[in-house]
Amino acid sequence: MGRYIARRLLQAIPVFFGATFIVFAMVYAIPGDPIRALNGERPISDSAMQQLHERYNLDDPLLVQYGKYIWGIVHGDFGKTFRGYPVIDIMKEKFPVTFRLALGAFVFEGIVGLFAGILAGLKRGSFMDNLLLISTMFIAAIPVFVLGFLAQIMLGIQFRIFPIAGIYNGWISYVLPSIVLGSLSLVYIARLTRTSLVENMRSDYIRTAEAKGLPRSRVVGRHALRNSLIPVVTYLGVDLGTLMVGAIITEGIFNIPGVGREIFLAIRGQEGAVVVGIVTAGIMIFIVMNLFVDLLYAVLDPRIRYE
Amino acid sequence: MSDTQRPGGSSDLLEPDEEARPEDAIAAGGPGGVIAEGAIAATAAVEGGASVYQASLWGDAWRQLRRKPLFIISSVLLLLFTVVAIAPGLFTNQDPTFQDLSKTVQAPQAGHPFGYDILGRDYFARVLYGTRVSLVIGLLVVAIDVVVAIVLGSIAGYYGRFWDALIARIADIWFALPTVLAGIVFLNVMGERGLLQVAFVLIFLGWPTLMRLMRSSVLSGRESDYVQAAKALGASDWRIMRVHILPNGIAPVIVYATISVGIIISAEAALSFLGVGLELPAISWGLMISDAQNRILTSPHLLFFPGAALSLLVLCFIILGDALRDALDPRLR
Repeated sequence: MGRYIARRLLQAIPVFFGATFIVFAMVYAIPGDPIRALNGERPISDSAMQQLHERYNLDDPLLVQYGKYIWGIVHGDFGKTFRGYPVIDIMKEKFPVTFRLALGAFVFEGIVGLFAGILAGLKRGSFMDNLLLISTMFIAAIPVFVLGFLAQIMLGIQFRIFPIAGIYNGWISYVLPSIVLGSLSLVYIARLTRTSLVENMRSDYIRTAEAKGLPRSRVVGRHALRNSLIPVVTYLGVDLGTLMVGAIITEGIFNIPGVGREIFLAIRGQEGAVVVGIVTAGIMIFIVMNLFVDLLYAVLDPRIRYE
Repeated sequence: MSDTQRPGGSSDLLEPDEEARPEDAIAAGGPGGVIAEGAIAATAAVEGGASVYQASLWGDAWRQLRRKPLFIISSVLLLLFTVVAIAPGLFTNQDPTFQDLSKTVQAPQAGHPFGYDILGRDYFARVLYGTRVSLVIGLLVVAIDVVVAIVLGSIAGYYGRFWDALIARIADIWFALPTVLAGIVFLNVMGERGLLQVAFVLIFLGWPTLMRLMRSSVLSGRESDYVQAAKALGASDWRIMRVHILPNGIAPVIVYATISVGIIISAEAALSFLGVGLELPAISWGLMISDAQNRILTSPHLLFFPGAALSLLVLCFIILGDALRDALDPRLR
């Protein structure tokens, strides 16, 4: 087990550097001098220019800039915006909001997806099964921004059940955006649960359990579900990481001040430090979640050898 | 015997379960299990079918598909979309760029079934003309990604060792990039964003999943008896891959690629909606929905028609992929 963990950790390191470097290079490859762009039409003195270039390491080669940036992150410094505001403070303010949204989506897709998947998977070819297959197809086909507006119009304005924007009505303001954000993963989870359950219900140990005369609830609950849910649990784990960084459109539509909206505003305003900071943090979250899931998978499924 | 095909261990392809984690599948005894099941399928085919007809995977799949109403409906719709994309002028005599400001955001009416947009342009014509970019980007991106996936996946799966490790590590890095975020960052760097720039970014970000599918297919094909036999007969690597591995291993890639077209079309619309995809004066459903977003209460038709067209096109590809998967995987019958 120890060697398995060590190997996974070692594998994650080049992935982290590779992914963050690609984003870093892309952001700082934006043509034009950012200081001059920041200053607009007004003239700027050579010495002020020089000083600003030094503060943001703009004269170093890209690799050196990247190295200095990573060195800063190791010390908890994600850089500063051009107004001198530390990026880490922005993240501390915005990440909890996005986390609550992602958690809402996670709970929604987990409960509804599992329930639907189990109902469909237990009776393959039944009405529930076909209903699930067809309805998930439709949900997957509607792009998230169309779904978001539809939810706003129907549930928010026509029936006035949920608030449609902002986060200042307590937890209920997260309900609608969470449902919209979680809907696509809901499709995956429902279908994954169904396929996995269908496959396991055909296996030998289920036939044995039924032959022993165990009640159906015990056959399904103790034997079939335990094995069927392994891939679902691992998918849920990876998805929590994805939801944390994939909420840009949902946050935009519902006007939620989380990292997604922040990063979008930062790109518009050419705030490279904020973009790189949030994306780097996102990549870190994603890698850690993947690592966690790999280990969880190894614990849940004894067939996996810890090589 | 060599006609019996094996679908490379594809389960439900909409779900990134085993396919997305090839190492785990292998650790769990994946290829061994697949081979065992393939052998059973082979025996069954010999016992049941050999005396009646010689069924190839694709012939068999086609017979299955012809009987599926959903497959036929989505194929006909896709054909219709394709005709609209090639010649939108066949379906409307309105000019999608002609403006009549006196008719701004008028609701659907006789002769103008989708109404008018904010600049008083005929919305039906605009929705029709918008089909082209969606379809072109979806097909172009996936076609190139499939080629990349086949080449890299074959190299990684067939030669193994160094090449496999190298390609797998690069794919790992790509998987760690958040797709939407990376797409926004990359497109923002591009000065002018036309169809080619958007397509390029989507191609750049989209290849790893297809590559992994191809790799695991090749990996299980490489160990099969007919490949060993071909090797013993002195066939070259190129011939083995072209004649034996590729035709047998391509099925899961084709299925996922079909669904991917829908995903890519949706992604293009999302990027255009966010303002980092196509730029005006391009006619794109994403841009139209973006324009509509401040008027969804007063003029819902501006949101509804491009949204419905977009969802329908994506739905067609998802249904097609679903039907293909069911038809190509004998285990699901």
